[in-house]
Parts: sequence; C-alpha cells; structure tokens
Amino acid sequence: MKLANVLRAATAMSVITTCAAYAETLTIATVNNGDMIRMQGYTEDFTAKTGHEVEWVTLEENVLRQRVTTDITTKGGAFDIMTIGMYETPIWGANGWLVPLDDLSAEYDVDDILPAMRAGLSHEGTLFAAPFYGESSMIMYRTDLMEAAGLEMPDAPTWQFIREAAAAMTDRDNEINGICLRGKAGWGEGGAFITVTGNSFGARWFDEDWNAQFDQPEWAEALNFYVGMMEESGPPGYATNGFNENLSLFQQGKCGMWIDATVAASFVTNPDDSTVADKVGFALAPNSEGVDKKSNWLWAWALAIPAGTQKADAAKEFIEWATSKEYIELVAGNEGWANVPPGARTSLYENENYQSVPFAKMTLDSIQAADPTNPTVKPVPYVGIQFVAIPEFAGIATEVSQEFSAAYAGQQSVEEALEKAQAITNDAMEAAGYR
Amino acid sequence: MARAATSQRKVLNTALAWAVGFLIFFPILWTILTSFKTEAQAIASPPIFLNFDWTLENYAVVQERSNYMRFLWNSIIIAGGSTILGTIIAIPAAWSMAFVPSKRTKDILLWMLSTKMLPAVGVLYPIYLLFIKMGLLDSRAGLVIVLMLINLPIIVWMLYTYFREIPGEILEAARMDGATLKDEILYVLTPMAIPGIASTLLLNFILAWNEAFWTLNLTAANAAPLTAFIASYSSPEGLFYAKLSAASTMAIAPILILGWFSQKQLVRGLTFGAVK
Repeated sequence: MKLANVLRAATAMSVITTCAAYAETLTIATVNNGDMIRMQGYTEDFTAKTGHEVEWVTLEENVLRQRVTTDITTKGGAFDIMTIGMYETPIWGANGWLVPLDDLSAEYDVDDILPAMRAGLSHEGTLFAAPFYGESSMIMYRTDLMEAAGLEMPDAPTWQFIREAAAAMTDRDNEINGICLRGKAGWGEGGAFITVTGNSFGARWFDEDWNAQFDQPEWAEALNFYVGMMEESGPPGYATNGFNENLSLFQQGKCGMWIDATVAASFVTNPDDSTVADKVGFALAPNSEGVDKKSNWLWAWALAIPAGTQKADAAKEFIEWATSKEYIELVAGNEGWANVPPGARTSLYENENYQSVPFAKMTLDSIQAADPTNPTVKPVPYVGIQFVAIPEFAGIATEVSQEFSAAYAGQQSVEEALEKAQAITNDAMEAAGYR
Repeated sequence: MARAATSQRKVLNTALAWAVGFLIFFPILWTILTSFKTEAQAIASPPIFLNFDWTLENYAVVQERSNYMRFLWNSIIIAGGSTILGTIIAIPAAWSMAFVPSKRTKDILLWMLSTKMLPAVGVLYPIYLLFIKMGLLDSRAGLVIVLMLINLPIIVWMLYTYFREIPGEILEAARMDGATLKDEILYVLTPMAIPGIASTLLLNFILAWNEAFWTLNLTAANAAPLTAFIASYSSPEGLFYAKLSAASTMAIAPILILGWFSQKQLVRGLTFGAVK
C-alpha cells in the first residue's frame, strides 16, 4: 500500500511539474488590422485551454516586415510566432528560416484550408505558414450612382465597361469621381495594383529567361489605359493615393467605384464609418476584353514559426488554435458572422450562416479566380500574382512603382516610365545573377 | 514718432512670433483634437476643427488594448538612463577638450559628430548580432547603452561649448588652493555649469524619448517604449486615425509637459554659442 501511495504521489508531482515547465510565454509579432486586433482580445481562451501566456508585439506593416526580417535572418529568436504574408512565406521556407507545419493535428483539418491559400503558403508542397485570413481584390461600387447613370454592373465586367461606367458616374461639380484606384509608389501599394492590371491586359514582369517585359505592347496598353481612365474619372492627386486614401474617399461618397482588397468590404458597409454603407455593390475584378485573366490578387496574412524559437511546440498549439474552425465559431458566437476572419477555410464558405454575409460569395469567387502559379496569359518563371516571389522583387518593384507614380503625376510620359522600368529591372536581375 | 514706430514693430514681431509658434504647434494641436473625434469625424472632408461631438472613446479603447504604463515606464528608464550615463561620461570628456585642448581636439570633436551622419540602418545588422551574442535583445539595459552612444556626441559638444564660456582662471585658482582633478570637476566646474548641464540633460532626454529606429528594431515585448506603443496603432489597411491620435497624445503628453515647464533651459541649451 505504502509503495502504491508513493508511486501515486510521484506520478502526481511529475504531472504538476511537467505542466508547469510546459506552460510557456509566447511572443507574437503581428500587424495592426481589425482581425488581428480582435484575435488579441480572445487570447484568454487560448491561455485557458493550454496554460500558455501570450505577449503581443503589434507593429505597422512596413515596420513589422523590417523587424521580423532582421530577426529571422540573424536567428535572433525575439519572436516565437510571426505574422507574415504570401510573399515572404515561400522564400523564407526555402531558406530554412521557418519551422514546417507538416505535423498539425487531425482535428485541425489542414485539408480544409482553401487550396489557393495553401499553395501560396507552401514551398515544394510543405506548408510553412497557416493562413489567419485571406483576401483577393474586387470591385466595390455605388449602386445608386450606377443606377443613376443608367448602367447595370455585370458580375464579371471588362475594363472597357469600367472605364465607360466611371466616365458616366463622374460628377466633378459634386466632387464625385467615377473611379478610385491606387497610384501610390511602393511594391505593396500602387505596385501591386498595376501588376494585376498588367496581368489582365496580358502583360508579365518576366519572360521564361527572366528578361524584363516592360518594352512589350501589353504593358504600354495597360499603363496607357490606366492613366487615361484616371485622368478622365479619377480623383485629383491619385498618384499619391493608397488603400487608406481611397477608403476615406469611398466612405465619404466621393467614389463611384473602387477596386481594392476584399477586406475593405466590411469597412465600406459599416454604417458607423461609411456614409454609403447601404449603397454598395460588389463585382469581380475586371479583365481587358479578350484576355482570359482577371485583375484580382491573392494575399493572406499567415502565422509562421521562425526556426530560431525555443518554443516551437507551444507556438504550433497557438497556430492551431488561432487558425482553427473553433476560433471562427468563437468569433461568430460573440461578434457575428460578418466579423470572422475570411478567406482561409473552405468550411466557412459552406456554412449557411456565413453565406448570408453580403460580400462572402464575391470574396470566395475572387480568391478562387486567382492562380499564383499561372498569373497571366503567357508563361512566367515565377510564382505570385501581384508580386514575384523572389527576394529581389520588393526592391525592384518599389523603384518601378516610383517611376509609374511619376507618370501618373504627369512628371514624365508613360513611355519614359516604361523605359526606365525596363532598365531598372534588367539591371537588378543581372546584378542578382538571374540573367 | 520714433517711439510709435518701435511699438508698432514690437506688435508686429509679437504677432509674427505667435503666428510661427501656432504654425509649428498646429500638427500637435490637430493630433490632440483628432483624438477626441470618432473615426468618421477624423477623416471628414472638409475637416472639422472644433465643432464635433467630443468623445473619450478612443482613449478607452487604447487603455483597454495596451498596457500604457509599461510602455511609459520603459520610456522613462531608457531615456533617463541613457541621458544620465551619457552625461557622466561626457563631463570629463568635455572638460579635457575645453581646458586641456590638444592640436587634435577640434578633429576629434568633428569626428565624433560625423558618426551622427551615418544612416542608422547601415549598422542595424552588426548591432543586432552583437545584441544577440550579448543577450541584450529586448532589454532596457541594451537600449540605454545604444541611445547613450548615439547621443554622446551631442552631449559632449553641448557641454564643451558651455565649458568654454567658463574662465580657465577659476579652475587654476582652485588648483592653486590644492584641489585635485576630481575636486576641480566635481566641486568647481560642475556647480558653475549646472544650467548648461541641465539644458543638455533635458534636450538629450527629449531626443532619447523620441528615438524611433533603435527602440523599434531592438525591442519586442519586454523593453518596448512609447515609440512602439504609437507604432502599434498605425495601419496601412484601415482608417484608425482617431485611435492613432489618442495613442500619440498619450505618448507625447509627458514630454510635452516636461518641455513646457523647462522651456527656458531648453531655449538656452539650443542657443549655446549663438550669442556671446
């Protein structure tokens, strides 16, 4: 009996000490956006389930990118989980900087992740980051202005229809611009938008031998079309407008149409912030007539574990919790289905409750229409729709988008901008050893 | 007539000074006003100046979301620690340059200042790697050292300029009375230079408080000061200007109050050597 008691006590003690040792404090680097901030509010649920505490480091997107890049390349170990996007994940995964997520539990149901998201966050078939939410881009338009113009928005319009509708909706006297689009320099701002616009005109960044393609007629057509349409119907100073500037214009009723991230749908339909909340319709991003590629992108904010962390097991537990079906149900139960993180799981779009959210179907259709391995008409040697998944791209595309923004501002012609873009890109690719 | 003209000029100068002062202060005033608006009012066009429903909601949200006191405490420790440490090192350095100059003193001073011309990002990786090896990443001690080193050239320059205004004969007299080097610096030079040291301390405290490159890049959860607190409210996808303004107001309030009460010393520190 005595021996049995001793054994019981020893077992109990070992369980207690194991649990105590197992409880970790995770440091998570993340961006400041609605879904991420909401997740921070539910951290207690994770702590109650696992015993692990969480410390959040929330930073602005560009600061976060610089901060986590410095840490991961030096194996600093400052963070146990990083919020990264589709651009970084395959590159960092290939470099061995991320812990592979190939042993997630059966309950997590990794096959439920939308195929486009899973492909974009994997390298050679191995998942390196789990999508917290995903987005594409689509048209948001004013139903009242469209009706007043005597037009009807098709589900899948062409650029030519968009230009015609924008001109019809423009009312300069009342400060209504037919269309608001990104023109701000930066690879993730105007650079991303003009890249997908280029795709929908059949343009591409590189041919199969990594030669820049800005000297091809498709780019000239795309850029001239964009500049022409914006001069006719865009807001003044569009060369410096990014997501936030256009969101502000749209919410104040100063845009007839806005083509941007699907995540904006929840902002423009929120009556607390938007003056046009009940007059917004959605449609797929356009393509040029005769081109079988739409101008929608694909992006995900995903959670990844840096290889330098000492707490990989606890970090995996967090990722499983934060990107699980249960988390979606937790948010839906407390804040309604319109506020759950979208674009990551197939089951969400099969849920009847979610199907009643006005922008749900269009978000899914836009995501499914995006193909990162086949972004434009002609074959390309890269993966990525609004970006090219190579480390050099961020620097090159930032410079190229600066040249394009200068053309939008009237500081140079479209032809000059394209010539410079061609030279910048080829020089950089040569220096990097691609050519 | 001459008196009337002088009086008119005085009024004009005063009005001009107020106008320039208001222009400089306007962005801060606008941030404070925006912090009391709703998000919709914050982006309204044309902008609303005073005629809006004042709300404290943004402050409540910021308080709920972030541990303000922890960020504030880190800022005080980092800015205060680096300034005091820097001053302790700079006083003897400035003394030697002001009272025992060599033919290379001016070159050394210029070289010290030239380190401020190097873009910080150029040495980010070496410093980051050093911090990893020394276990200083995300620690207040690490930031105290880095900010002290960054501001040291300015502290030395300011103290040097101030010390040069003190007649060397006074120190000589102290030496003749048997004062050691330590006594000379501690009991003769420092008390005479207290106003200069105070304004140097103040200015460098403000510089360290506002430093946003190293404090963002070398911290994570533990040592993050108020610069990281502000950065956490900036978003490229979503209009949260009212909340960002509330966070900014909370971050600048302590230094604004300190600056308000010590403006005389600050102005004096900033105009060292300008008028002799």
